[in-house]
Formats: sequence, C-alpha cells, structure tokens
Amino acid sequence: MYQFAYHRPGSLAEAEKLFSAAEDPKFMSGGQTLIPTLKQRLASPSDIIDLGGLKDLAGISVADGVVTIGAATRHADVASSAEVRKAIPALADLAGWIGDPLVRHRGTIGGSIANADPSADYPAAVVALNATVHTTRRTIAADDFFTGMFETALHTGEIVTKIAFPVAAQAAYEKFRNPASRYAMVGVFVARTAGGVRVAVTGAAPSVFRQEAMEAALGKSFTPDAVAGIKVSPDGLNADLHASAEYRAHLVTVMAKRAVARANG
Amino acid sequence: MTATGIGASPRRKEDFRFITGKGNYTDDINRAGQTFACFVRSPHAHATIGRIDAAAALAMPGVVAVLTGQDMADDGIGGLICGWMVHSKDGSPMKAGPHPALAQGKVRYCGDCVAVVIAESYAQAKDAAEAVAVDYHPLAAVVDAKAALGPDAPLVHDEIAHNMVFDWELGNYKETVDAFTAAAKVVSLDIVNNRLIPNAMEPRAAIGDYDSGTGIHTLYTTSQNPHVARLVLSAFIGIAPEHKLRVIAPDVGGGFGSKIFIYAEETVCVWAARRVGRPVKWTGERSESFLSDAHGRDHHTHAALALDAGGRITGLRVKTIANLGAYLSTFASSVPTYLYATLLSGQYDIPAIYAEVQGVYTHTAPVDAYRGAGRPEATFVVERIVEEAARQLGEDPAEFRRRNFIRSFPHQTPVIMAYDIGDYEASLDKAMQLIDYDGFPGRRRASEAAGKRRGIGLSTYIEACGIAPSAAVGSLGAGVGLWESAEVRVNPTGSVEVLTGSHSHGQGHETTFAQLVSERLGVPLENVEIVHGDTDKVQFGMGTYGSRSGAVGMSAIAKALDKVEAKAKKIAAHLMEAAPGDIEFKDGRFTVAGTDKSLTFPEVSLAAYVGHKFPTSEIEPGLKESAFYDPLNFTFPAGCHICEVEIDPDTGVVRIERFVAVDDFGVIINPMIVEGQVHGGIAQGIGQALLEHGIYSEDGQLLTGSFMDYTMPRAGDLPSFQLGLTTTRCPSNPLGMKGCGEAGAIAAPPAVINAITDALQIRDFAMPATPERVWRAANAVALAAE
Ligand SMILES: Cc1cc2nc3c(=O)[nH]c(=O)nc-3n(C[C@H](O)[C@H](O)[C@H](O)COP(=O)(O)OP(=O)(O)OC[C@H]3O[C@@H](n4cnc5c(N)ncnc54)[C@H](O)[C@@H]3O)c2cc1C
Repeated sequence: MYQFAYHRPGSLAEAEKLFSAAEDPKFMSGGQTLIPTLKQRLASPSDIIDLGGLKDLAGISVADGVVTIGAATRHADVASSAEVRKAIPALADLAGWIGDPLVRHRGTIGGSIANADPSADYPAAVVALNATVHTTRRTIAADDFFTGMFETALHTGEIVTKIAFPVAAQAAYEKFRNPASRYAMVGVFVARTAGGVRVAVTGAAPSVFRQEAMEAALGKSFTPDAVAGIKVSPDGLNADLHASAEYRAHLVTVMAKRAVARANG
Repeated sequence: MTATGIGASPRRKEDFRFITGKGNYTDDINRAGQTFACFVRSPHAHATIGRIDAAAALAMPGVVAVLTGQDMADDGIGGLICGWMVHSKDGSPMKAGPHPALAQGKVRYCGDCVAVVIAESYAQAKDAAEAVAVDYHPLAAVVDAKAALGPDAPLVHDEIAHNMVFDWELGNYKETVDAFTAAAKVVSLDIVNNRLIPNAMEPRAAIGDYDSGTGIHTLYTTSQNPHVARLVLSAFIGIAPEHKLRVIAPDVGGGFGSKIFIYAEETVCVWAARRVGRPVKWTGERSESFLSDAHGRDHHTHAALALDAGGRITGLRVKTIANLGAYLSTFASSVPTYLYATLLSGQYDIPAIYAEVQGVYTHTAPVDAYRGAGRPEATFVVERIVEEAARQLGEDPAEFRRRNFIRSFPHQTPVIMAYDIGDYEASLDKAMQLIDYDGFPGRRRASEAAGKRRGIGLSTYIEACGIAPSAAVGSLGAGVGLWESAEVRVNPTGSVEVLTGSHSHGQGHETTFAQLVSERLGVPLENVEIVHGDTDKVQFGMGTYGSRSGAVGMSAIAKALDKVEAKAKKIAAHLMEAAPGDIEFKDGRFTVAGTDKSLTFPEVSLAAYVGHKFPTSEIEPGLKESAFYDPLNFTFPAGCHICEVEIDPDTGVVRIERFVAVDDFGVIINPMIVEGQVHGGIAQGIGQALLEHGIYSEDGQLLTGSFMDYTMPRAGDLPSFQLGLTTTRCPSNPLGMKGCGEAGAIAAPPAVINAITDALQIRDFAMPATPERVWRAANAVALAAE
C-alpha cells in the first residue's frame, strides 16, 4: 500500500464533505475489493473515507412487495436474512455464493455494485429484478446503472445508499464459478417480474447484460426447454485463461436453462 | 503396541503450538536493530541491464542501502549452484549458465532479482524499490521448452547453444530397439505434465544477522535442510567459512520441495547483513512466491510401449523434454533424470527400457523438485500408457496390469533401480474391492441415464523413497551423500532429547520420532524432545525431502538408540551385579533374566551420569550416543489408487465420485499422520490433474501469478478419500519403513486422467482437465459418434 489519510465519518453529509475536500479520495465499504487493490499498489488514493461508521447505511427491510437493502449490508447478512429468503430466495442464494465466509462477512452490496466488476454476482440480481439504486443524489434504474467494465452511472462523490428490489413472481440465479477466484465466470439471473421476464448475465461480458432472446422465449413459456435451443453469440464476450468467449457463450445457455429449472423448483 | 509407541496414533505434539498461534516461524523472529529488504525484480522475461540508478531511492526516508550484483561481485560472493552433475549422451558435462543472486548484466525471467533495497521498515524499502531506475533493454524471450530447442530461439545463456543443458539417456538402447522391432503391437502416447507452482502456506523468508565481534553470520530461513544450505552458502557461494555461519530453520510452514533450494533472496540477506552492519529481514509476499519459488514438473513426453502377442510388455521407449527454467536450481538436473527415468519400469516386468531426456533453459522461473520430484512425472507416463495399451487391446486395465506385474523380489529393472520387496497384486485387489470395481458398469449406466459420463481410472504406482545410498547417488552425479544423522541425549532424569538432521515442516516429526524413542526406551512421549533445524545445535544432517525422514532419518535414530540401550545395559549390569548378557530391557525396565531384580530407565540414566557404581575407566560416564545411517537401498512404496469421475458434458465439470488409495508403506509409525500425508498428497495430485497450471504468456509474463488465476485445490473440489493399506516390510532399513509423503501426489494424477479419458473415450489429454477442455473433448466425441 501507498500512504493515505484515513477518515471514518459519522454521517453521509460529512462523508461527502470529506470527499470534496480531498485531492484523490476513495470511499471504502467492506474493503474486499479496495484493500486488495491497495495492497497490490494498483491504486494510490490520497484519502480513504470509510463508510463503515454509517449505521443507517446497513439493514434490510421488506414492505409493499419491495426488499430494500442498505448499501453497507454485508453479503452474509443478506444470505442469512429470513426476510430476504422468504421474499426473494434467489437473492439470498446469490449472496451466499459470493466468495468465501471471510469475504461475505466484510463485503457489502453497495461496494459490489459501485465497483461493477464484470464477474461480480450482484449486478445480475439488480438488473434481472429491475431494482432501483438509491444514492445521496437521486435514484437510478437498474438498466441505467451499469455502464461498462468497472463503470457505473455514479458521479464522482455520489454514494449508493440502498438498493430496492421488487419481489418477483419467480426468480433464480445459477453461477458457474471461475475455478480459481470463485467469482462468476458466467452467472445468469432469471426473474418473472411485473414487467415481464428478465434475464441478466454477469461474468460473460465486460458488463452485466440482458439476454433479450431468452426473455422473449421465457415470456411465452417459462421452461428450461424454452431457452435450451437459444445459442448466444460469442462476439464481444470475455476471453481469458479460464474460458474462451465460445465456452462462455455456451455456458450462458446452460446456466439460463438451469436457472429456469431452479425457479420452477 | 503401547498407546504412544510404533503403530499408535497419538495426536501430534506440535499441533497445539501451531493451532494456538505459538509457532515460531522466521517472520515471527525479530532481531535488535533489524532492517528490511525489498527486492527489485525484473518486469521483463529477458533483457540486458544498463545503468542501475539508485540515487532517488537512496534519498528516500529510511533507506539504508541499495545493493546490486556488482556489489556482490566486489565482495567476492559467488553465484548460486546446482549440486547434481548430469552428463549428456556424448559424455559431456551438463552446461550450467552462471546464476548470480542479483543479476549481472542480464535478467532471464520475470521476477529475477536485480537489486535489493534495505530500509528501516518494509514499507520504506518497498517504496524505494519502485524508485530504483533500471535501464532495461528487453530482448525476445522463449517460455516453452520445445520452442526453446528450435534453431531460432532466443538464447537464455548466450554460451549455451539451443538452450540445451543436457541431452541425457538411460537404459538399454539396443535391447529396446529390438523389442520394438519384434513387437506384435506398439502403443504410443503424447504426454504433457503441467507446470505447477508449489505454494507452501508460509512464503519463503530470511533474516541475515552478523556479529562483528565473533565474525559469526546467522541466517534464519525457511529451509528443509539447514545444513545443506550452510554448506552451499559457505563452500560454494563464499558467504563465510562453515564454522562462522549458523543456519537456523525454525518452524517452517510447508515446503513440498520448494524450500530445499538455496535461493537468491536468502543469500542476499545474510551477505547484506554483514555489508550494512545490521540484521536484514525479508519475508516474501505471495506474489513473490508465485514468481520466484522454484516451480515443478513441466515435461513434454512421447512414449511408446512394445507388446508381444500375449499382451506382455516387452519394451518402453520415452523421450522427454524438461523445462528447467532460466537457471539451474539446486537439484534441478537430478529431477527429470535420475529421479524420473529410474522409475519408468513402474510395477511392471519390462525387459527393455530406453529413455532420453533433454533439459532445456527457458525464460521462466527455475524448475526443481516439487512433491514427488520426477516420480510423479514417471508414474504419469507409465500409468497413462499402460492404461492406453489395455484399452487398445480391448482388455480390462486391471487384468492387463496384473499380467505384467513384477512378482519376484529382489527385482532389477533396466533403469538402475533394484526393487527390494512389494506385493502389487495385493494392493490392486484391495483397491478394486474398496471401490466396488465390479459395480462400476452399473454406476456408469446410471450416470448415462442422467445425461452424464462416468469413467474409472487406475494407477498402480511405484516410487523410490528413502533417498538414498550415498555411494549410489554419488556415482550418478550427486554432490552430496544422502545418509542421515542422529544424536540421542538421555538426560540424568531419564528424559530424552533427539537431535536429528531431518527437518520437520509439516510432517509431524516431533510426534513420530518421539514415538520411536518412547517405544524403544519405554519413556512417555512427553519426555522426548525432538531438536532439529539449527546448525549450532544439531550435527550435520541432510534434511527432509523425498520421503526420507522415516526410512533414513529414523533409522539413524534407531541406530543411536541401539547404542544407548547397549551402554545402559552394561551400566545396569554393574548396578545389579549381573552379567551384561543377562540383562533384559523391556518397557523401560532393565531386569536380570530369571530374577525379580530390576531397575527403571531413569534410575539407570541417573546412575550413568553420577558414575558412582560402575568402573568409569571401562565405561564412560554419561548416556549420549550418535549415529550416521547410510541406507542400503532406496525404498519402494507402491500401491494402487483408483479414481471414479462423473462428467457433466454440458459444462465439462468433472466430479470425483470415488477415490480409493491402497498403499504399501511398509511399517507405519503413526497411522493418523500417514493418513494425513496421503490426504494432502492426493489433494495435490488431484490439483495437478484438474486445477493447477503455471502459465506464462509468450513474452514471459507469469499469467497465473495469484490465487485469482492459479487454482489451488479446495476441500470442495475433493471427495472423501477411502484409504487402505497393504504391508510388505521393507528389508532395507532396520525399521522396515518405506515412506509416505509423496505417494498421493505421485499416484493420483494418472488415476484421475485415466478416469476422465475412460469417461470420454479419448486418448491424449493434457492436464489440467479444466472444464472448458473437458467440455470440448466431451462434445468432440459426441459429434464424432453421431
Ligand atoms: C477472495 C475474494 C473473493 C470474492 N468473490 C466474489 C464473488 O464470488 N462474487 C462477487 O460478486 N464478488 C466477490 N468478491 C468481491 C466482494 O463481493 C466485494 O465485497 C465487493 O466486490 C465490493 O464490496 P466492498 O463492500 O468490499 O467494497 P469496497 O472494496 O470497500 O469498495 C469497492 C468500490 O466501491 C466503492 N464503494 C463502496 N461503497 C460505496 C458506496 N456505498 N457508494 C459508492 N461507492 C462505493 C469504493 O470506493 C470502491 O471503489 C470477492 C472478493 C474477494 C476478496
């Protein structure tokens, strides 16, 4: 790590003020992405503003068909929440499949979506469930939030405060893990929502994306067979040591099929 | 059997200390006035170095010194060495390029040490290391060993043509050629043994300390063999005379071979401590482990098997290209030669074997011994091609093996080794029974009905442990003898200290060695202390690797215990006024035969030190004996591992459904510890087969430089193993032991790959069997079958 100044503000207003006063600041939530980045000297912020002291930023509530999760809520708390498990079991499953117990007890949902790692799990849930991201300045629709690889619609200094997930009629997540990192090599979240079936794919491309052909097919028939024949083009998909674009494209179909089967129980 | 003697499974004495955080690892040690080292490492796989400008770094806070290869040369410090001479077919000695601890003029792999920054804190050293300006002129690199032999390949060492370190052979060429000419059938296979990165839990670390008053240098380091480290640092690298150099290897958190070697960083720390006049500490980061710990395996092999009309193996021919990396590490040359080709007979009676091995330099991290060292590579070749032969003959692989097993002992193979004893059929039968081999077709049908593919794979392996008879290894080029030493010090109160030249870095010697003492002297386990890992305390010893600490290290202790017992009997005879021949010693008690006169072991120990009641002119006072034990032969653990996999053809995911290991390790001291060794070994073997792969980009960047990309096996990747034992007592050492530390890593990879190739009905298949590669193979087969 390089040297930085550390702050632990007690309110969102103070956090924003510290941010605007600093030269090259970074917010920190669970630190599960940020700290490894600092340790490898891949980033050198002047100031770290730790959001961990903001009590109101964490918490889960379910009301009026919406599950609202505070940005600083840890993955382990989402995974073990009886309310989440009852309202949107797929969301609890997803949180429970992130990383390992250490990561789940530190990492947070706000940090995960703000970071927008192409292989992170939460972005798939946010997009498929058509969630709304609340920030210190506005609300952002899921379809507008993720704009690219490690890129979001957030402005400099804008803080995610909570994420509101409408309860879906049916939903499920299937994850094919990268064997080494255990992030999603391909993750597919399917949901039957008020606005129709939504299929969000993470891990396969530079950013989470919706698979429209599958959405249309599942809209007609919400069965594994409806998607089994849909071939995904490898063009533009990620390729790395662990999986070619072609293999990822194939896995999107397999994971979608399995997610629908799981949703149908 | 007593509760703590040979064959019992008391809990490991050392574990309480380890699991309560009371271990004392190198990084736990701090010396007064200590400074910290950070190495400037080459970001290029191949480059010449112009100027190294340290001015900016030296001006930074806390920086004590920036030292380079030139400074080492100025102090007369020599380069690192390879301690095993191998000769090529034409009789010429292997060609070893110089290996300076800090680069001189050139860097040859990513991570090669260029300079060291020494500062008051590690953070300061690390900051300053980034400020050292090195003028690199990058050159073309080659990372693949086959490519490195090509006519236009960049040279790793300018003076070594074709990057060829040696072109070595073993076996009977003419007989082998004749066997192939006469063969009814020839089976051949191309085999890749993937590069592995060891990843011991504790990264390497070192503290150099110099006492200007006495002139004594002390090196605290993560070593599997501190005396060998001292010898090399003293006699070859020229750090200090042996008596002015103390090497301490305290608790060491895993080695798997990677801590046998004498590396650049440790060498630099002990030299730099004298140079700057303060202790210098370095603890490797995990990224540095990936880059600079010696890697393992990395072979390309073409193998062919000759068979007669009756399905008997008549010849084996093997041609291997072994990647040795950019420099020859301490034992690099022995691993793909004498530790490899000597095992190519496997468990089979093969009259003619001929092996050729080309050792090749590339712009990658040095490759040396890693759990199994050459024997996993040999076993993979033999067990893959034997399986393939059975398949081509349309025969049950178990029956094919059975027909070709060696059945009478001793058995001289055509590749040096003389197997002393074994019963290969016994372990095969037991393993087949444990896995319910006969039920496999039913299980396969059930998997197929569920859209899955199921396969079963055998591995009837043999390995050579208990390295090794000194004269034998000397004749093969070793620079050292491979005996072991022990000293047994009985204290006046009857407690015992054992000083052993072996070194424990996870094996549990503090328990198993104490069990031997407990059994032999009848003292409780807690009254035995095992002392190792400090050249000031312990007599010269050869250290721990190659599963030698039981067969060789404990044999030395047994020999010393014999002497202790003999002397104690003489003293007891005087005390009880009996003839020495009438003294019996059992369960810690000396008795005069046929009487009720007896003395306990502590009573005799005390008498030995008091010296009142026996003639000290005939019998010296005290009770302390030492022994050096040189083994008569290698030992030959062998057994049968069987793996059963289920493959999901939609994703290529391989699940290990069953894994059975039946091993013959000879006499076993502590079955629980042996099981642990087998479990760990199998985990590493499955890791190699399914998950692990050290990959460089074409220009020599390590792509698998962290756990994000290098897949270590996790509990969830492994099934619950079913273990079994068969036993033939080893005739080559007094305890009848063979060794168990590497069997799993040796036997498992071919069992797994044989199961996968069986499931998919394919032939050549390189490790690791990652999901994508399996998916491709599974679906290519499906397409062809349609
Ligand atoms: C070993 C390991 C395995 C992992 N495996 C997985 C996995 O399988 N799946 C997966 O999805 N993730 C995985 N992760 C990542 C993990 O889920 C992280 O917790 C997550 O990506 C980031 O959350 P955090 O709270 O730790 O954020 P931090 O690391 O603290 O911050 C990440 C980024 O988000 C910004 N940020 C944080 N909070 C806010 C906010 N409220 N508003 C605006 N910006 C903010 C920070 O400035 C920073 O840029 C893994 C991490 C590790 C270390």
